[in-house]
Amino acid sequence: MPTEVSSIESLANQEYKWGFVTEIESETVPAGLNEDIIRLISKRKNEPEFMLEWRLKAYRHWLTMEEPTWANIHYPPIDYQKVIYYAAPKTKIDRPKSLEEVDPELLRTYEKLGIPLHERELLAGVAVDAVFDSVSVATTFKEKLGELGIIFCSFSEAVQEHPELVRKYLGTVVPSTDNFFAALNSAVFSDGSFCYIPKGVRCPMELSTYFRINAKDTGQFERTLIIADEGASVSYLEGCTAPMRDTNQLHAAVVELVALDNATIKYSTVQNWYPGDKEGKGGIYNFVTKRGKALGVNSKISWTQVETGSAITWKYPGCILMGDNSVGEFYSVALTNNYQQADTGTKMIHVGKNTRRTIVSKGISAGHGQNTYRGAVKILKGATGARNYSQCDSMLLGDKCGAHTFPYLEVKNTSSSIEHEASTSKIGEDQIFYCRQRGIPTEDAVNMIVNGFCKEVFRELPMEFAVEAQKLLGVSLEGSVG
Amino acid sequence: MAKSPILEIKDLHAKAGDKEILRGINLTIYPGEVHAIMGPNGSGKSTLSQVIAGRDLYEATKGEIIYEGEDLLELDPEERAQKGIFLAFQYPVEIPGVSNLYFLKAALNAIRKQKGEPEVDAMEFFNLVRQKMSIMEMDESLLNRAVNTGFSGGEKKRNEIFQMAVLEPRLALLDETDSGLDIDALKVVSSGVNALRSPDRAILVITHYQRLLNHIVPDFVHVLAEGRIVKSGGKELALALEESGYAGLEEFAEIAR
Repeated sequence: MPTEVSSIESLANQEYKWGFVTEIESETVPAGLNEDIIRLISKRKNEPEFMLEWRLKAYRHWLTMEEPTWANIHYPPIDYQKVIYYAAPKTKIDRPKSLEEVDPELLRTYEKLGIPLHERELLAGVAVDAVFDSVSVATTFKEKLGELGIIFCSFSEAVQEHPELVRKYLGTVVPSTDNFFAALNSAVFSDGSFCYIPKGVRCPMELSTYFRINAKDTGQFERTLIIADEGASVSYLEGCTAPMRDTNQLHAAVVELVALDNATIKYSTVQNWYPGDKEGKGGIYNFVTKRGKALGVNSKISWTQVETGSAITWKYPGCILMGDNSVGEFYSVALTNNYQQADTGTKMIHVGKNTRRTIVSKGISAGHGQNTYRGAVKILKGATGARNYSQCDSMLLGDKCGAHTFPYLEVKNTSSSIEHEASTSKIGEDQIFYCRQRGIPTEDAVNMIVNGFCKEVFRELPMEFAVEAQKLLGVSLEGSVG
Repeated sequence: MAKSPILEIKDLHAKAGDKEILRGINLTIYPGEVHAIMGPNGSGKSTLSQVIAGRDLYEATKGEIIYEGEDLLELDPEERAQKGIFLAFQYPVEIPGVSNLYFLKAALNAIRKQKGEPEVDAMEFFNLVRQKMSIMEMDESLLNRAVNTGFSGGEKKRNEIFQMAVLEPRLALLDETDSGLDIDALKVVSSGVNALRSPDRAILVITHYQRLLNHIVPDFVHVLAEGRIVKSGGKELALALEESGYAGLEEFAEIAR
């Protein structure tokens, strides 16, 4: 007897739409990792001495570290000597100065992904930095932003043009010795986005980076640094896709955010790296360290993430609430289907007085997916009057998937309050039947129910992204009900 | 003019898992009629409504259901709904985060799509909804709340009939719509149903108690026991049952066997 429950399980992925490969010649360094490779990367990027020293220090520290095993994820050992640490599309000139100089094949790639880089075709109000494999290929609206004193460029360019800012803030939120993957990133990171919003400026448009992994057997190690000076505010979006390949690819990124007095940074991610096929073959290993420092008084850092891709996601965007009255937020939707595994959550440290934090996490598991929420909240002794609210909900589709919750709470004073709520629900056969009885087909019903479940997170996303995220959830679940 | 039936059930047998629940149901319903099915707990009343609606926890093993000349058992639940079958649930289901209004609009558009009609626009839909709400004496705030989430028992039942009013089915199945209602709510819900009686529409009321039938007066009453209809009659049958109880029915069941 076919039951609706078993048909939920048979919901398999619709084909991953972003899985094509761009035929473009790329320039790579030999596989493997040693000091020579790091010197080579640094030289290619024409970096000042301090950057090379910083990388080497990170590398030497990384050699002493062990890959973490505490996360609830399982994968065969990664051979770090087989990874290619740098790949760049070949260009005749060093760095394209304008879109006219960018390889048309690359522009076509981004167009295919729905991200036209020609400014006249762009969505009004979104500036894009496009990162292809290890390098940034184009940044739009730079001049317009420049008029306000906003710096938005690739990390490589920032190292050349604004070394003093890079030197001042690089590694101040995520030190090069922070953890195994952050140390690896610090040693070999190739590019990423850099953004500085000067005092009192509210960035008039959404800034975004679109990451694309293309080359085979390469790892992608980008690094993003965003600084909002006193009274500044910015909303930043990040999207990612990769071709379908049947070998796993490593992605280890670092994002650092710094918010000074009265500054606000809102960082949104829609992560859609290739998740692997239905049998769990291939897919991206996504080991990411993201952290924001709410350094100034009344500053605010808000993370919103929609994680639907990657074979493995290991990611805990955190906030260190240093400034008094500073605010941290974390809104997350993580979906695992087929054999995807996600161990994600947030780490929050309250240092300043009257600091506040809200955490809303929604995990959805389908197929054989395993979804873990891991959240750490630490309220230090001096953080009097701190408040922390966590809500962590899991939804299961079918009975072969799993949801796990690991909250860690530590409070060192008596005037703070912590609330933690958690729930796990199964998408009900009764809910689906109720929708179908009203004429709504099964797949639409599942979409509707899942989107309803994620509503509190989606409403935190900038509008164009919210629509995108809803569609993405639909595609990622398509076929999981038959 | 001879009308053709909306629904014809012929020798219907159905089971849940290994357990046979319906054991040969025969029932014919014409447009404009209101039929009531009564019977003790476990007699198969709710199962019958679920089988008509197409819930696949139940499997029809024998017999047929013809709906407007079409073999109903061949259709998916959503196709049945799109063709005009509406089930008012005994336990309406909560769908957190999905607004009542959004849900109902999706349902209405699915039905309209099947009929080849264009989707309703927001304004048109809102006007329709307001008009139907006044019939059910429903508070407008319920529209923007998530489907059935945090509704009281009475609000849930009212919401079911409100949905029925908006979706305008050809055949409505009301599964124990009276359960959990106080007398005032019962009156509102019943008058809502009565307002929806029409010559084109048939209603099948499933209830354990006679009291609902004082408000929604049926044309025919059927008594179900052990998966069969053991007695049929007019509205007076319900009153007779109220006096004698279901105890005497066991022997009918014996005879029918």
